[in-house]
Amino acid sequence: MAKKARLVVIGNGMAGIRTVEELLKMAPDLYEITVFGDEPHPNYNRILLTPVLAGEMRLEETILNDHDWYAEHGITLRTGSPVAKIDRVRRKVITEQGETVPYDRILIATGAAAALAPIPGKDLPGVYSYRDMRDVEALTQVSAEGGEAVIIGAGLLGLEVAHGLNARGMQVTVVHRRAWPLDKQLDARGGAMLQQAMEARGIRFLLERESAAVLGTDRVEGLQFQDGSSIPARIVVMTVGIRPRIALAKDAGLACEQGILVSDTLQTYDPRIYAVGECVQHRGMTYGLVAPLFEQAKVAANHLAEYGRMRYEGSVTSTKLKVTGIELFSAGDFLGGEDTEELTLLDAHQGIYKKVVLQNSKIKGILLYGDTSIGPWLFEHLRQESDISTMRDHLLFGETHLGDAGHSGASQAARLPDSAEICGCNGVSKGQIVHAIREGLFTVEEVRKCTKASASCGSCTGLVEQLLMSTLGGVYDGSARKKAICACTDYTHQEVRDAIRKEKLLSVRETFRFLGWRNPGGCASCRPAVNYYVRAAWPAEGKDDPSARFINERAHANIQKDGTYSVVPRIYGGVTTPAELKRIAEVAERHAVPMVKFTGGQRLDLLGVAKEKLPVIWAELDMPSGHAYGKALRTVKSCVGKEFCRFGVQDSTQLAIDLEKNLERMWAPHKVKLAASGCPRNCAESTIKDVGVIGVDSGWEIYVGGNGGMKVRAADLLTKVKTEAEVIEISKAFLQMYREDAQYLERTAPWVERVGLERIKARVVDDLEQRKALAQALDFAIAQEKDPWAEAVAGRLDIHAGPLRRISA
Amino acid sequence: MDWFPLGKVSDVPLGGGRYVDTPAGQIAVLRNEEGELFAVHNRCPHRGGPLSEGFVSGKTVFCPLHNWQIDLERGEALPPDQGCVKTFPLKTEGEEIWLGLSEAQP
Ligand SMILES: Cc1cc2nc3c(=O)[nH]c(=O)nc-3n(C[C@H](O)[C@H](O)[C@H](O)COP(=O)(O)OP(=O)(O)OC[C@H]3O[C@@H](n4cnc5c(N)ncnc54)[C@H](O)[C@@H]3O)c2cc1C
Ligand code: SF4
Ligand code: FES
Repeated sequence: MAKKARLVVIGNGMAGIRTVEELLKMAPDLYEITVFGDEPHPNYNRILLTPVLAGEMRLEETILNDHDWYAEHGITLRTGSPVAKIDRVRRKVITEQGETVPYDRILIATGAAAALAPIPGKDLPGVYSYRDMRDVEALTQVSAEGGEAVIIGAGLLGLEVAHGLNARGMQVTVVHRRAWPLDKQLDARGGAMLQQAMEARGIRFLLERESAAVLGTDRVEGLQFQDGSSIPARIVVMTVGIRPRIALAKDAGLACEQGILVSDTLQTYDPRIYAVGECVQHRGMTYGLVAPLFEQAKVAANHLAEYGRMRYEGSVTSTKLKVTGIELFSAGDFLGGEDTEELTLLDAHQGIYKKVVLQNSKIKGILLYGDTSIGPWLFEHLRQESDISTMRDHLLFGETHLGDAGHSGASQAARLPDSAEICGCNGVSKGQIVHAIREGLFTVEEVRKCTKASASCGSCTGLVEQLLMSTLGGVYDGSARKKAICACTDYTHQEVRDAIRKEKLLSVRETFRFLGWRNPGGCASCRPAVNYYVRAAWPAEGKDDPSARFINERAHANIQKDGTYSVVPRIYGGVTTPAELKRIAEVAERHAVPMVKFTGGQRLDLLGVAKEKLPVIWAELDMPSGHAYGKALRTVKSCVGKEFCRFGVQDSTQLAIDLEKNLERMWAPHKVKLAASGCPRNCAESTIKDVGVIGVDSGWEIYVGGNGGMKVRAADLLTKVKTEAEVIEISKAFLQMYREDAQYLERTAPWVERVGLERIKARVVDDLEQRKALAQALDFAIAQEKDPWAEAVAGRLDIHAGPLRRISA
Repeated sequence: MDWFPLGKVSDVPLGGGRYVDTPAGQIAVLRNEEGELFAVHNRCPHRGGPLSEGFVSGKTVFCPLHNWQIDLERGEALPPDQGCVKTFPLKTEGEEIWLGLSEAQP
């Protein structure tokens, strides 16, 4: 076998490894690859550092390529091993530790380093930069003690770090030399709105202030300004810009200005040496966002793979801010000038501001604050330089405003052209996503995995969801076709439900046969949906088909990534007893359960259980299933309530227990979570639950349609009642209406938005008869269900826990 | 090639599967809606998901972890995913299923 060419990658970061990934796709066997990284980690997603700092994500979740990935692709990875020198004459790279590796090609992807403000005291302990995991770890640690944090620079990074440290409980002040934050991304009005939103979260701004010195003797004590004034600070974080890391290239004699100069093929002055990422300068531009770097990666890989076809011609970029709850999108020249016009829309009350800068009927700049849903659509027109004169009067509402009945923009994505970019970070177009979905994807995770859309900063997740909805449903590019359940049929969810009811179809197979399913076995999308519809329509007679249930609902336990399961017994309202806890502890100990953990819903989770062990563990626990694995009632979270809490005005624990006892074993289109709080302090977080109740002096407030997951939605107040009995009846009526009406896998939050609170209120609050009938229908359905764990223990339910057979050697 | 009896056809649910422990690792035995049987390694080429717990439809199994789809005759993931899983021969005699394992396999 001919010896492979040797590729040395310097910089184990986002652009470098993306290039390697692209290269492996095209030419998996061309090179023997060695990667050198300065940092001690495998490649991680730098842009997720802020969610980690803010405590919204764990460090491990940011890993993009774990050690196994490098091993699987035969890549030698040297972490914590910076390259010190490139010897172009002998064609070797030399590391700081003295290792020498010969090369045929080099890819330089050394990124950039944080710049420090050149002021006295910048090297004092307590001054931080914000660039890598080490910074995040250090900031996480130092923030644990609280105190004042001063951020210098209100750019994207400055605001993100401010958000993160604020979430960690520090008192944050952002100092900026310009008159408003994010002056490169926002105009004065947008900046003021952003400032206000961040101030509302407790972050302070000191604008038009020039920092003069960091104060302190052996560590930071404060920050002084040029006007002589100063403020106290326990830490100072400098986010005043980045500097491409070019020293290595410069020393090797490669031409550099701000960055390493590269051609349209991403080659440096030495054609054997390629460079990508923040360290390069291309046609006079350096970039500090991943989208353009990933475009570079694609081109560089194409040439490294010896295809030699693509050219990189520069990028137009757009920015988003990743501060939870603040939506912002900007691109192009949003300030405008002499010969431009502006279209603006300002709704100060709702915190929405939209501005489009036009020149000769073409979009030159976009600035969206508060509602960014039309960002990708406008950005597409900006890039295409399309003539927008015909849509001028509704440009700021997006394409869908005509005839849009408030379905929260679900068709926004459906009407984008195929070329529109959905995921800015990874440069994934709508066409690519739709194509992949049609090949058989069903969830955001799958789309993320296959196309990388939404895999980086995640801010396009909503659009990807919309595309899933519209594509799986069958509405393509605005054509009037109705939304079929999946590719196995042309019928819609509603049509299938109607047929099941009208024709009394009592099983999945019968339904598939009656409606002439193209695929007699169905697929992972329609099988569980139809099974649910059969059970919801015919709770007594309909056949529950285990082969149409996801593994979790078939095994009555949650499958984990390693194929083990987790066991969550039901603990009503989260109230347990010492005896029960002992029993759980003993079972966990006896079976060496690897992890015992409290869930987010106040229950105990025994994790890492082999499938074979499930039945014995259930038998020994002797508790009902907590249904933590099902599209079913999960938990009713409770707070302490009036029995013990000094603020409590209602007995929230008892109500939580009663609700859970009334609703356990309820299957639903999706998981259902409840909460009961004893007073408006709302410690059980009732306002982000499917149904949440809050005790007030005169009784209870009932909230519906809240969600705390990927897309946070505050619940709507449904009504206020006096008694617990009313709470229970209305909750049941609401949930039954949801069970009968919502599409499979539609949570209450989007369902409430789709159906409208008024229609729900009319049926479950105002019309007493309907309310009662709905509640009774739910009682009837639940009465048909038995506790699955008890059934399995009694031998009436076979979850196929063990192997079919063991063959030994 | 040695043949091992696995149990009755009806022990494998229609549209689903079971697994067998063997010296060659876990093998999934899958049965589609028509009653056709297939045997493949019980490890999805993506991240090792247990294919015996997936939905089986036609010649395809849908992995329970991230929904990759694997063609059971060729043992290959359907595009755009890429990867393959080893297939094993099965035969039935009356109600009994037999699995073929060659000596060299483990
Ligand atoms: C907190 C934060 C949030 C961000 N958010 C966003 C966002 O939302 N959207 C967006 O588009 N962009 C965002 N960015 C910018 C984005 O992360 C960068 O543009 C991107 O990571 C640059 O990729 P790169 O490969 O060029 O550099 P890097 O990812 O920094 O990788 C370079 C690697 O090379 C290593 N290295 C340097 N010199 C050497 C040497 N001599 N030998 C060996 N290794 C070396 C470095 O240690 C580093 O690991 C964010 C950045 C930060 C810091
Ligand atoms: S919500 Fe009210 S009653 Fe419940 S724990 Fe909090 S303060 Fe106490
Ligand atoms: S493990 Fe099978 S799809 Fe991921």
